[in-house]
Amino acid sequence: MEFFKRTPRIRFLGRRRYWYTVSVLMIVGSFLMVFTHGLNFGIDFTGGVVVEAHFPQAPDLEQLRDSLSNGGLADAEVQSFGTAQDVLVRLPPVEEAAARLVNEQVRAALAAVDAGVAIRRTESVGPRAGRELAEKGATALLMSLLFIAIYVIVRFQWKFSVGAIVAVLHDPIVVVGVFAVTGITFDLSVMAAILAVIGYSLNDTVVVFDRVRERLVQMRKATPTEVMDTAINETLSRTLLTSGSTALVVAALVLFGGEALRPFSLALLIGIVVGTYSSIYVAGALALDLGLSQRDLMPPEKRGEVDTLP
Amino acid sequence: MKPSHSWWKDAALSAVLLVAGLLALPNLYGESEALQLSRRDRALFDAASVTEFEGVLNGAKIPFDESFVDDNGRLWIRFSGVSNQLAARDLIQSRYEGQFAIATTFASRAPEWISRLGLEPMSLGLDLRGGIYIVYEVDVEGAVQQLLQRLERDFRKALRDAKVQYEDVTVTGTVTQVRLRDPAQAEAALRALRDYDSTLSIEQGAEAGLLVAQLTPGQIKQRQDFSIQQNITALNNRVNALGVAEPVIQRQGINRIAVQLPGIQDASEVVRLLGKVATLEFRLVDTVNSPLEAQRSGRTPLGSKLYKERSGSPVLLQREVIATGEQLIDASFAPSQGEPAVSVKLDSRGGDEMLRTTRENLGRPMAVVFIEKEREQVERDGQKVVIDRSKEEVISVATIRGVFSNNFQITGLSAAEGTELAKMLRAGALAAPIYIVEQRLIGPSLGRDNIERGFKALLIGMGALFAFMLIYYRVFGIVASAVLIANVILITALLSLFKAALTLPGIAGIVLTVGMAVDANILIYERIREELRNGNSPLASINAGFERAFSAIVDSNVTTLIAGIMLFAFGTGPIKGFAVVLNLGILTSMFTALVGSRAMLHLIYGRRRRVERLSI
Repeated sequence: MEFFKRTPRIRFLGRRRYWYTVSVLMIVGSFLMVFTHGLNFGIDFTGGVVVEAHFPQAPDLEQLRDSLSNGGLADAEVQSFGTAQDVLVRLPPVEEAAARLVNEQVRAALAAVDAGVAIRRTESVGPRAGRELAEKGATALLMSLLFIAIYVIVRFQWKFSVGAIVAVLHDPIVVVGVFAVTGITFDLSVMAAILAVIGYSLNDTVVVFDRVRERLVQMRKATPTEVMDTAINETLSRTLLTSGSTALVVAALVLFGGEALRPFSLALLIGIVVGTYSSIYVAGALALDLGLSQRDLMPPEKRGEVDTLP
Repeated sequence: MKPSHSWWKDAALSAVLLVAGLLALPNLYGESEALQLSRRDRALFDAASVTEFEGVLNGAKIPFDESFVDDNGRLWIRFSGVSNQLAARDLIQSRYEGQFAIATTFASRAPEWISRLGLEPMSLGLDLRGGIYIVYEVDVEGAVQQLLQRLERDFRKALRDAKVQYEDVTVTGTVTQVRLRDPAQAEAALRALRDYDSTLSIEQGAEAGLLVAQLTPGQIKQRQDFSIQQNITALNNRVNALGVAEPVIQRQGINRIAVQLPGIQDASEVVRLLGKVATLEFRLVDTVNSPLEAQRSGRTPLGSKLYKERSGSPVLLQREVIATGEQLIDASFAPSQGEPAVSVKLDSRGGDEMLRTTRENLGRPMAVVFIEKEREQVERDGQKVVIDRSKEEVISVATIRGVFSNNFQITGLSAAEGTELAKMLRAGALAAPIYIVEQRLIGPSLGRDNIERGFKALLIGMGALFAFMLIYYRVFGIVASAVLIANVILITALLSLFKAALTLPGIAGIVLTVGMAVDANILIYERIREELRNGNSPLASINAGFERAFSAIVDSNVTTLIAGIMLFAFGTGPIKGFAVVLNLGILTSMFTALVGSRAMLHLIYGRRRRVERLSI
């Protein structure tokens, strides 16, 4: 079976103004949403207390809220977690000894509604530890962007590099935007997913650019736009297949991996989809508009003897 | 294909896969609930104890799967089901009151020959097996303050010993100032202080007769490191007393200690026990004034401080501290001549002070004060405020019966009191207070659910992927699927080998890696198809496909590897688990796609004399 019996001839770049608009809208929209809505940061970043409880019967959330508020926890947020029987209670950060107290208070308040409640998980992160975890996450993000940028710059000519780096920046921004719109908890694992996506999304871009470099030298009479389109079309089947296969398993993770993994796997899924889009529409288009031409690759780059493996 | 392939490559590949298969094998059997018993008297279990416990469990009709003694002399009993495990724990606890530390844990179901080969399954992270994760922050500033206070005390002593008269010794910031009564004695004072501690930088101050001692940054850091090490030791002792299987206590960053206690179910008790901040002080009892009088009037005599004994009766102690918990090296319950006694060992500085004090105060009583700090939240004017509450209690008053220095015994207690005192003294050896900054408790049922969901997602994801590859690439799809399975086996083998803990994000990492591993295969296959379309012969297309896809595969994996390494460097806990799997997975998927896939295709097509067409 083959999706593309022969290489497709889609004119991706002819309509690149249209895709630029889409991308700019997505990025501006993401920023707007983050600034207006804000992100629903998990306690990893804000500090706070989270208690996950399992009830034998689905409890009435209003009743739980009342019970918690009567127990002195008026600022408790209550939401169902995955199933109607599972409930997540979230509280603002408290100091150490108080955390123990708060855990007990929550337990008592929940048990007052249904004595059969089982506490499945309690997490408490101090405000300072939260800030540090956020800093570490941001450092990891910046460092990997930096190193990936260095790698791309060393590996490709600068016009390619700018295109690739912008495409790579584009992806996490859109993922973060989706998290702002949906209000899905943004925690450390989402940060990890975004990092993985950054690395992964560059895969496609690199493969396309590899091909562009090859074709630029071969197709001397074609315009750069034609070369770029050819390269994208030639690798299209591969790009869609690899992204599709990865998206397939990650979708299994979203559907069956449970509530704890959902923010993480959703971030991966969105990132893979957006990353594929940006590899096709953003990276190449930018390289073109920066004035990519055959001359950029003259004399043809020497490709070393790479295949020493069997 | 012949020239690029040789038998030794096949042999090497087979050997790698065989070893990987063997390493991954224990994971296939899974784990079940177990109890791990260790004797509190540190003696080892033997075969006889196995029979004894089996008898006890059979008597109570609690079913178990097997029991054995491991190399460390700990006794293991394996059950199926949490209820049996807990019932057995309660039974043993009540029957052998306090003789054993009992840990609830998991034991591998793998047959004996596997464990005899030293093969073990991957360990599970806390989010998969349940347990407590606590991050403590050590008050390293407090530790430095303690050092300065000791310096002040020791300076006074050194000057006194050298017969140098001083006005005052004061500490501001990290600077200790000595004001001499007679500036002419400055040289003698300098000599005395440098004799006391040659590593200190002590200089003449701006005025005559003023000496300034400054802690170097190196000394401050050394002090901070020491206080963290001491806290880790103390936490280790307390955790060991709890009887936890495979506890992990490690330093994190400059001033943090991360504690992982798998399988612990009663969180609040553990947190209370571990989180107490305790220290000790040895002081002389003020025998001149009446403690009852001081208690009644509310006025303590100059140079004394009012304390309470555990019984509640007041006692007056001298303000001057002989030694503190930080100078305590060891304390143990060691009966001598049939009488219960606690044997105490101090460091040399504490010993010197003890020698001087006991020589001058023979026959007078000395007290041990136990100071415990707890943070509590209270309501004050409708606002919640956190306060540090310290409880100071005299845990022992004993008469000094002889001159001693750094090694002495406290007697006159019952056996139970002695054991308790030794434990308290050891706990009091903490140098600096610690506070919880992060605490995560995962119940065992959630851990189990997490495993089930994670593996369900993995199986479904892989199944869907196999189906797709089979339809899309036919025989090549089978090759790709086989290579994917090999990839998962390799990751499992490496995780088992490195004893890296598998976490929930780690399982997700395996799923993601499987998806990404297909990537390399697809890159190769699409290249092969392209070569075929260009009219090349099947075998030439295969070779060209592998060769030309190589640079793209390496390039695309390098970028993910960069992100993975950053995650590993900056991530903590489960995130680190994800990073480990991601990085290993990238390496194994490159290996399996480039080497494994090619070897398999060689096996299928390489031996035929003529290959008309490829099933791709």
